[in-house]
Amino acid sequence: MSKLATLFIVIFYTVSLFAQQVPPGAPEGFVPLDPSVAREQLPAAPLVMGAYGIAWILLIGYLWSIWRRLAKVQQEIAVVSRRLEGGSKR
Amino acid sequence: MTKLFAPLAILVAAMFVYAPVLIVNAPYESTMGLVQKIFYFHVPSAMTMFMSAFVCGIASAVYLFGRRPGADRLAVAAAELTVLFGFIVLITGPLWARKAWGVWWQWDARLTSTLILWLIFQSYLLLRRYGGPGSDRLAAGVAIFGMANVPFVYWSVNVWRTVHPTTNVVPTLQPGMRGPFWFCVFAFVGLYVLMLAARAQLEARRAELEELYLAVEE
Repeated sequence: MSKLATLFIVIFYTVSLFAQQVPPGAPEGFVPLDPSVAREQLPAAPLVMGAYGIAWILLIGYLWSIWRRLAKVQQEIAVVSRRLEGGSKR
Repeated sequence: MTKLFAPLAILVAAMFVYAPVLIVNAPYESTMGLVQKIFYFHVPSAMTMFMSAFVCGIASAVYLFGRRPGADRLAVAAAELTVLFGFIVLITGPLWARKAWGVWWQWDARLTSTLILWLIFQSYLLLRRYGGPGSDRLAAGVAIFGMANVPFVYWSVNVWRTVHPTTNVVPTLQPGMRGPFWFCVFAFVGLYVLMLAARAQLEARRAELEELYLAVEE
């Protein structure tokens, strides 16, 4: 989890450096709108699906990570308990 | 884990399966349209993040002043969940912002303070992992500081002029949006309780393993 935490910090700082939009330099004087030029039409669906998809991946991924770590620790407890029992019988 | 874990897990799973139906059928917001539907996961994640920060801070205070190991285990679990839900907020927010504001990110009061809150709890986890002896009490202090930040993050949108909507949005939601929103909030809270219990259980098992290793060495 801590390696993941370090990775998240690095990725977030890197992305944030590029995320801030720098507006282009203002033109001299008034420039009338050209109706023939298509304006930016950003589709919302990919953003919505991306948001829900990432949320689901993070939640399910975390649940899986807890399950994996718990299984590993349970296994180690069983091994060490057997070692302890073997030692006390002698 | 307790007998309530399995029934709660089934209930929460059913809620998350049904939530998309409610979200799809919720009315569209008049200015933002489809992209506003990110609201139904973004805001509950933020509320869960704040709640988890409080759980971590209170448990850390109990550990720091009461020296109760169970409180420390709960604090570690809550800190990890604060980072997880905070990450969901910081990903879903910019995806919404790109369409609503035209930019992925703005260094306004709410966004910046949320990022700082998230980094505080990241630092808690890094302290616990790499801080060595005594880092548990130092991290407890960090968690209390993080908890104290939560009211500032929440009220930042009301105090400063920000591009982020104010806290007035939820109390004044349209009737058609209220049901799906609060359904998602309760689903997230239920999921948080389950995750917290499971993660605290992992910490308890690790403590048990450490005691076994000590017993073997003796």
